[in-house]
Amino acid sequence: MRALASLIAGVVFGLGLVISGLANPAKVLNFLDVAGTWDPSLAFVMAAAVAITWLGYRLVLAQPKPAYDTTFHLPAPTAIDRRLVAGAAMFGVGWGLAGYCPGPAITALALFNPSTLVFVAAMLLGMWLGPMVAAKVPRLTAAG
Amino acid sequence: MDPTTFTPVSSLIGGALIGVAAVLMMATTGRVAGVSGIVSRLLPPYQDGEAPSRTAFVAGLLLAPMLYTVGSGSAIAHTVASNLPLLALAGLLVGAGAVLGSGCTSGHGVCGIARRSPRSIASTLMFMATAFLTVFVMRHLVGA
Repeated sequence: MRALASLIAGVVFGLGLVISGLANPAKVLNFLDVAGTWDPSLAFVMAAAVAITWLGYRLVLAQPKPAYDTTFHLPAPTAIDRRLVAGAAMFGVGWGLAGYCPGPAITALALFNPSTLVFVAAMLLGMWLGPMVAAKVPRLTAAG
Repeated sequence: MDPTTFTPVSSLIGGALIGVAAVLMMATTGRVAGVSGIVSRLLPPYQDGEAPSRTAFVAGLLLAPMLYTVGSGSAIAHTVASNLPLLALAGLLVGAGAVLGSGCTSGHGVCGIARRSPRSIASTLMFMATAFLTVFVMRHLVGA
């Protein structure tokens, strides 16, 4: 049941990315280009997604547990450390270069564009290498 | 750069669907719908019992474009850069940055902000800032 629910959530999420325009890197880059061909559409995506999630989480998290697990698994860390900030900064540069973030890139794989394949392959490599490289940088792994 | 059409209505609808998917994930599996977290935990050496549900979510993302095309009868607007070395660099930064920063546009930008997590708010402000800056530099200073 968990897998089926996740499949449905993935389909709905992917449809949201496609319908909103977030799966189109040209639209993402134009959203980020305030000084040029600015397209504010993605602000509407973000606003609607956050509003629905905020409302839905209020109802769901008031329950004692999710439907197919014994407990909720919410991210526990609360500290804003160097690792979080440095990771987010790197992520933003990559997002701004390609116009792809992970969800849209995976979804757009199904459109069979070689550029998307190159991006996703490099992204998976980055996900795999990132923690190993960070382990060698004490400033990133030290707390605070 | 070529302008894209401002699409407030479809962007609101798409964003709402992303929110519905995030709420569905929390209600059923008790987990945040963060794509970088889901994808990176499918890579070795990470191991736990959630692999089937994560794989199902990714399969759902991949199915969405096809379902959209069949259901709506219209093609998906999609324009991505053809500069493969640039896309590879961007992919590496997005992948490593998301893992180091514990999340991406979905995990921090949607689910985290909806939970009003200070880490997610800090992350989103940071990656938005570097993404806007990167696009400004690439389009208006470098002129690429």
